[in-house]
Amino acid sequence: MLKRFSHAIIERNVILLGVLTLITVSIGGLVQIVPLFAVETTIERVEGVRPYTPLELMGRNIYMREGCYNCHSQMVRPLRDEAERYGHYSLAAESMYDHPFQWGSKRTGPDLARVGGRYSDSWHVLHLRDPRSVVPESIMPAYGFLDRPLRYDDVADHLRTLRAVGVPYTEAMIASAVADLEAQARPERDGTAFAGRYGRARQANFDEEDGPVTEMDALVAYLQMLGTLVRFGDVTPDRVRQQ
Amino acid sequence: MPTKIEKDAITGTDTTGHEWDGIKELNTPLPRWWLYVFYATIAFAAVWVVLYPALPIPGATGLTGWTARGALREELAAGSQQQQAMLARIRAATPAEVAADPEMRAFALAGGRVAFANTCAACHGAGGQGAAGGFPSLADDDWLWGGSLAAIHRTITHGVRADDDNDTHATLMPRFLADGMLNAAQVGDTAEFVLSLTGRADDAPAARRGSLLFAENCASCHGDRGQGNQEMGAPRLDDQVWLYGGDKASIVRSIAYSRRGAMPAWGVRLDPAVVNMLAVYVHSLGGGD
Repeated sequence: MLKRFSHAIIERNVILLGVLTLITVSIGGLVQIVPLFAVETTIERVEGVRPYTPLELMGRNIYMREGCYNCHSQMVRPLRDEAERYGHYSLAAESMYDHPFQWGSKRTGPDLARVGGRYSDSWHVLHLRDPRSVVPESIMPAYGFLDRPLRYDDVADHLRTLRAVGVPYTEAMIASAVADLEAQARPERDGTAFAGRYGRARQANFDEEDGPVTEMDALVAYLQMLGTLVRFGDVTPDRVRQQ
Repeated sequence: MPTKIEKDAITGTDTTGHEWDGIKELNTPLPRWWLYVFYATIAFAAVWVVLYPALPIPGATGLTGWTARGALREELAAGSQQQQAMLARIRAATPAEVAADPEMRAFALAGGRVAFANTCAACHGAGGQGAAGGFPSLADDDWLWGGSLAAIHRTITHGVRADDDNDTHATLMPRFLADGMLNAAQVGDTAEFVLSLTGRADDAPAARRGSLLFAENCASCHGDRGQGNQEMGAPRLDDQVWLYGGDKASIVRSIAYSRRGAMPAWGVRLDPAVVNMLAVYVHSLGGGD
C-alpha cells in the first residue's frame, strides 16, 4: 500500500489535500502558540514594573504614531557589545504592559530601551525640535510640530482599553486619568495622589514651556521613563532566571 | 488523465507522465550532493534539539545547559577579567592619583574616551565642544562648576539639578520676570548692563539703570563685575562664552525665565572606575584647572 503512495493521490483529492494542509499548518502554529500558554513562567519576578502613567501612555501613542519604532529598537539583547553600550539586557517583565510592544527590528538610530534619565529633559526637547542642533551627525527628522497642545480628553478610554487586554489599571486610575496626566506635567501641582497611584513616576514640566500640556511633554515623559522601572542594583541572577 | 512516463529524446531524462494540452514535464532528479546536504541538515537539527534549548517546554535547556543570558554573563566576566586589575586600581584611587600615574592615566584616557562617546557626547559633542542651548564646551578653560579633577569628578558623579541625587549641584537662578521680581523694562535694563560687561551695550542710560539692578539681584552669584562663581555654578558674564546665546534677546530670556540646565547624575549609573576615567579624560580635553 505504502509503495503505491504517490503525490498524485493527494493532488487529485481536494478534501484530502485540505485536511493534510490543515494538519501541517497546525503543527507550525501550535509550536509557536502552545508555549504562550505558559507565558507567565517567562516573565521574570522583578519589582518596579508598573503600568504607564496617563502622560507616558499618550507619549507612547505619539511614539507609535510617528513611527519611531521604524528606526529605534527597544530591546537590549544579551550580547556583550549591547550590554556594555546600553546597559542590562531587556527583560520580558519590562514590556509586560506593552500593547503592542515596541521591540522593533531595525536600528537606524540607537536602541532606546534604556534611554530614560541618560539625557536632560531640555536635551530631548532641543533634539526633537532639531536633532542636528545637538548631534551634528544625526540623520533623524525634526519633530518641532510636537510643541502643539496634546489632545487628552480621551485618555481614560485608552486606560480602559488597555485594562481590557490585561493591564492592571484600577478604577481610581481610570477615574483620575486626566487629573494624573496634568499633575505629572505640572510639577507645581500637588502630586501626592498621583504619586500614590504611580510610585516613583517623575513629575516635571518636560518641555519647560508654560501653557497647555503639549505632545512634546508626553513624548519626553515617555522617553525619560524607558528602562528605568526595574532597579537592577536590587536584581539577583536568580530572580532574572526564567522558570 | 493518462499517465505515461517516456524518455525524453534530447536530455535522456524521464518525463513525469503528466500531459496538459500536449505539454509534458521533465522529471529531473535532484543533484545527489544537494540531496545529501539536505539530509545532513535534518540530522544536524536533530542533534541541535537535544543539545540546545529548542523544545517549547518551560525550563527545557538542552543537554549543554546553554542559555543566551548565561553565555553573556560568562563573556562579560571573561572580558572584564583582563581589565579587572587595572579597573580595581583606578576604582580605589582618586582622579588626581589616576592622572599622576602614567600607567593608570594612559588606561583612563583610553577608557574615558569610549565612555565619553557613549554617555557624554550626545550633549557635550563628540569632541567635548558642547552645543548651543545649554550644553557647555568641555574643551575650553571656562568651567561652570569648576575644572579641577575633583570638581569635574563631583559634577559627573552627582550631576546638575538631577532629581535622583541628593548631593547634586542644586542652585537655581530665580525667574526674575516670571516670578515678579523685576518688570519687563527692568529686565531689559539689566540685560543692557550685562552686555556692557563685554563692551557691547548701545544704550548707556539703560545700562546705568541696569547696573543698580545687577548689583541688587545678580552680583551675589555672578560677582559685581560678572566674573562668575563656580561654587554657585553661576557663569561668567564678562567673557565671550555664552551657554544660551549672548545676544540681547537671549540674555533677556535668561533673566526673565532662568535656564536651569540639568545633567544626569552618573554616579548611580556607572562603575566608580568609569567615573574616574571620565573625570581624567574630560580634564584632559581643555587642560582643566
